Amino acid sequence: MSISVENLTKIYGEQRAIDAINFSINAGEIVGFLGPNGAGKSTTMKILSGYIPPTSGKAAVLGMDVAENALEIKRRIGYLPELNPLYTDMYITEYLQFNAQINGIKNSKPVIERVIETTGLTVERKKKIGQLSKGYKQRVGLAQALINDPEVLILDEPTSGLDPNQMGEIRKLILELGKNKTILLSSHIMQEVEAMCSKVIIINQGKIVANDSIEAVKKRLDKNATTILVRFRDAVKGAEIKNKEGVLKVEDLGGNAYRVTSQNKVDLPELLFKFAVDHKTIILEQREEVESLENIFQQLTKNV
Amino acid sequence: MYSIFLKEIRSFLSSLIAYVVIIVFLLFIGLFTWVFADGNVLELGYSNLDTLFTMAPWVFIFLISAITMRSFSEEIRQGTFEILSSKPVTDLQIIIGKYLASVVLVAFAILPTLLYFYSIYQLGLPKGNIDIGATWGSYIGLLLLGSCYAAIGLFASAVTPNQIIAFILGMFLCFFFFVGFQQLSNLALFGSFDHLVQWIGIQYHYESISRGVLDTRDLVYFGSVISLFLGLTYISLDSRKW
Repeated sequence: MSISVENLTKIYGEQRAIDAINFSINAGEIVGFLGPNGAGKSTTMKILSGYIPPTSGKAAVLGMDVAENALEIKRRIGYLPELNPLYTDMYITEYLQFNAQINGIKNSKPVIERVIETTGLTVERKKKIGQLSKGYKQRVGLAQALINDPEVLILDEPTSGLDPNQMGEIRKLILELGKNKTILLSSHIMQEVEAMCSKVIIINQGKIVANDSIEAVKKRLDKNATTILVRFRDAVKGAEIKNKEGVLKVEDLGGNAYRVTSQNKVDLPELLFKFAVDHKTIILEQREEVESLENIFQQLTKNV
Repeated sequence: MYSIFLKEIRSFLSSLIAYVVIIVFLLFIGLFTWVFADGNVLELGYSNLDTLFTMAPWVFIFLISAITMRSFSEEIRQGTFEILSSKPVTDLQIIIGKYLASVVLVAFAILPTLLYFYSIYQLGLPKGNIDIGATWGSYIGLLLLGSCYAAIGLFASAVTPNQIIAFILGMFLCFFFFVGFQQLSNLALFGSFDHLVQWIGIQYHYESISRGVLDTRDLVYFGSVISLFLGLTYISLDSRKW
């Protein structure tokens, strides 16, 4: 178990930032940590990285309690905080040199070369951090977290604020790193989590609302219904579709288009095809609505 | 700790803070000691460095507060402190590393004034007519005073993420510890405790060491003030965990 959290609670003043959460992450997993702003993602990550202690509950990284073995854990993890804070007046190599030193790495040269290469900083290596583009700054942030070749990486919104190309590159890099490291990364972007992670933990108002593989989370909300968007050539009466057996709901979207929801046991495409034939019209467009992680996220984190 | 120390020194050098502090200090002190009409050595005709040692504590109030103002406030504001604390170093190591870097910078500002010492030694009539013991004592006193200011400034910088507030608070605390207690004791408010109040201030001990006598009590005093403020800095940083 790389990370395990038991009844972890953090209270700021009156507010419960996280409220008795439990989860565990196995070695080698890339886990996405999702949730709206202020849900408690960063707080959890700050506790795991040893920046702040929990109010109550236990958090263990690599089998060691964060309260008891803080230094040993810090030696073996890499952490990229939200907003990627860096010393902008330092040169890249100078900054990495400092990070190597602080980690007690004696022969730092090959180590610095390794992280510069892994994070793709070779072209920009002579520059000051302040002169870099956001994407490259993010790479420096990652390089800093990788300097001690950590077993566990904790990345707080590693792609936020980047343009789509930079985002893609950072994602590729994280996927590459995930081959031999355990990674916990937080994000707002569902596709990103879907593309990178094997597991997802969704947190809302300090409580975990989902913690499973992405497929399982999707299925869980997949109810027993199928929804199809359909558009006919000619006007039909929505109510007539509704009358068919097994159809649960018909929504008129205008322009002869309908959103039809039926029980799973009904073959909805066939039903719609027959309906069109019966009404001497044809189907111009038909598409099954798949429950995206985005929808699930919205459903789970709707604040009632 | 060493890595933090080195990083701070580098940042002083690359941000020009080091050069500005050293040059401004030497200009100030040089002008007062050698050029300005009131009290320059040549005019007064006494072969001592009193001007240096009376002016320096005042100049240091500004300069040292300026050196230390960003050390923690900037790290906290930028969030880099969060990265630092995710590294295998303790808060105490971070504090001591930063503190030592400031003290070294102060020492490097004082160092060139040894030239003044040499000049006066040469200019004395007869040559070498300067109270060497008292001068060395004053140098040690000045370094200890600078070290106290650095600890105070570090504390001021740890309590706020705003550099300007850290600067002003640092200046005030340095000022107050230097002459504040002395002045309070002059008000005769504390009856028989007057002496004790005066004793809490830095000036009393600074003057005592300046006479050229390294009294253990004074050394313990300086050590205590430094430890007190470094301790307060630690508590202030630790308060994020409460």
